[in-house]
Amino acid sequence: MTTLQPPAAAEPRPAPPPVRRDRRSWKGWGFIGPFAAVFALVFLAPIAYSIYLSLFRDQLIGGTTFVGLENYQQAIKDELFWASLGRVALFLVIQVPIMLGIALLVALALDSGRLYGKSFFRITIFLPYAVPAVVATLMWGFMYGTKYGLVGDVNSAFGWSLPDPLSADLVLASIGNIVTWEFVGYNMLIFYSALRVVPHSLYEAAEIDGASQWRVITAIKLPAIRGALVIATIFSIIGSFQLFNEPSILRPLARNAITTDYTPNFYTYSLSFSGQQHNYSATVAIIMGLITMVVAYVVQLRGMRKGA
Amino acid sequence: MRRRTSRLLGGIALVTSLALGATACGGSDDGAGTESVSAEDIQAALDKGGTVTVWSWEPTLKTVAADFQKKHPKVKINLVSERSGDKHYTALSNAISAGKGVPDVAQLEYFSIGQYSLTKGLTDLSGFGADKLASTYTPGPWNAVTEGDKVYGLPMDSGPMALFYNKQVFDKYKIAVPTTWDEYLDAARKLHKADPKAYIANDTGDAGFTTSLLWQAGSRPYKVDGTNVKIDFGDANAKKFTDVWQKLIDEKLLAPVTSWTDDWYKGLGDGTIATLSTGAWMPANFESGVPNASGQWRVAPLPAWAKGDKASAENGGSALTVPSLAKNKALAYAFVEYANSGEGVASRVSEGAFPATRAELKSPEFLGKEFPYFGGQKANEIFADSAANVADDWSYLPFQAYANSIFNDTVGKAYISGTRLEDGLKAWQDASVKYGEEQGFTVEK
Repeated sequence: MTTLQPPAAAEPRPAPPPVRRDRRSWKGWGFIGPFAAVFALVFLAPIAYSIYLSLFRDQLIGGTTFVGLENYQQAIKDELFWASLGRVALFLVIQVPIMLGIALLVALALDSGRLYGKSFFRITIFLPYAVPAVVATLMWGFMYGTKYGLVGDVNSAFGWSLPDPLSADLVLASIGNIVTWEFVGYNMLIFYSALRVVPHSLYEAAEIDGASQWRVITAIKLPAIRGALVIATIFSIIGSFQLFNEPSILRPLARNAITTDYTPNFYTYSLSFSGQQHNYSATVAIIMGLITMVVAYVVQLRGMRKGA
Repeated sequence: MRRRTSRLLGGIALVTSLALGATACGGSDDGAGTESVSAEDIQAALDKGGTVTVWSWEPTLKTVAADFQKKHPKVKINLVSERSGDKHYTALSNAISAGKGVPDVAQLEYFSIGQYSLTKGLTDLSGFGADKLASTYTPGPWNAVTEGDKVYGLPMDSGPMALFYNKQVFDKYKIAVPTTWDEYLDAARKLHKADPKAYIANDTGDAGFTTSLLWQAGSRPYKVDGTNVKIDFGDANAKKFTDVWQKLIDEKLLAPVTSWTDDWYKGLGDGTIATLSTGAWMPANFESGVPNASGQWRVAPLPAWAKGDKASAENGGSALTVPSLAKNKALAYAFVEYANSGEGVASRVSEGAFPATRAELKSPEFLGKEFPYFGGQKANEIFADSAANVADDWSYLPFQAYANSIFNDTVGKAYISGTRLEDGLKAWQDASVKYGEEQGFTVEK
């Protein structure tokens, strides 16, 4: 402890001249420079440009004018935007718990060591994640077909009349099914790798204490992977808010059920590319980004606090 | 630490503002005004040679481009044909607003010409000699490419509508070919009753089809005068359409199959979709898309809204235009003229295109052509008759491409829920009005 004294002893010395401090900070720039440049160019510049864009309005008649925050006022009153946000919020509260629940269950099963063909199951469940989302959606879109698709075949083979998965009432659930299929493996892998690093001594101690498997899960495993759970939840929230691929690829099969403003991302895409309303589209994207950030941050705060 | 952060932020702000400056400098190009280019200028350009980039998905242009290059060896036609529809328009709009990569010639469907001419994206070709071609074309297509005395393109093809029907299915259930839309409704009921798997037609909501039938019914929902636009789907003639179509929807007489999908081709081939009301450019698509149904289909005039009424309408069809940012306009016009009013027309017609030129439409050779696919029927007679009966006072919106893109968001609801077709059209009207106002048009409802 006494070795820490010298700096205190140096206190009476005059402060180093400001020139030296400046030189030191320039040296730092040399290291951070390349990163800062790339970071500014690919990360901050697009955001700044979007904010810049969102302050203008480009019209077919009249050209581009500065409108200040008018686009934001318009977006806040935009029913189509809020309806699309409501849709992904509904998707979020139903699909994410189901997906993470299944992923957790599978991860615990794999980790329990009581499963035959563990690596086979692990790779099989992970495999859908390796299929590009576009291909996966096309594949499911085909299976959902009531005329010539799998649903149609099942109907005619068994004489059933399964409801059309692409009808207006069911299409959100059908999209949820695709997303779940795609991402269970990914989340499972996050949970599983978190479980693998739990020290074995804890399990041995639990066994000596006569704890049941259920008790081991609730008292050791789940608390140990809380961080992974929170991360996976945040990823899933962001993923849900950014839902775009699945509805946009399924749209040709269900043009009336999936509108061009089905999800916030799809809405910004349509505004930009079919409506040529780049400025308003940027505004909606910024608002959506802020909402996503707030929700993800709240979840992170809550998740981490409980963990402490 | 604090100081360093603020410096970092300063640096970032600098880089950002540089990036902004770079991006903000694009745009603001104006290529307006009527240019005057004489026949000699064009000939000189042809002799000098160069490359003409053409964005078009029209399949018959391939032969035309090859022939043109043979005739003018110094000219190279670079035909870019991968994109069509929405993707084509997105790419074109982006190129125009970027001021870079704009093609010399672009195909535009008739409904989209207003949008590009209004924003000064197209060259007025009247100074190139196009003003003298008015009598070459039928009135509908010519009306679509002109605005006052400005000519924004030369018509490539046209789509006078006709009723394609599967004769085998109609014969099998002893149903008469409908001549009015009321008879069509009866035929739809009879057919679906006789075979629950068969439908008179497929329809999941198609903007182009709906506007065409409104056109035929005498409704004029769009009135455009410069930047003044009127949108109204509430007239009595529109009601003729919604009355019949609402019944077809309510009684589930329309196959829930979207056109141009695999299911659609299958349906056209296996008799479950018995008719198709569309433009005269369809035969080539029948031959390539539904080869197995060759001999089963026939062509009849489009059903009328009242017995004896002959009014028809256009569905689809497009023109070749020269964007105002095109590099070599004289050369571009030479190609457009060759393809759409010169020797290219005959070559395209022989490959199955439906012309917009009067001479071809009247030629005995064209009219007498027998279509093996339609059991040897002289289908062009029916198409030409339809072309002659198209009312030419129809206009599309100057932002029709966008309006069409939201058709299924609004009118589409009538096909999948209890929404009435009229209410769907009203919603479409409201959304179009809103967009028009946002874009600076003066919109009257």
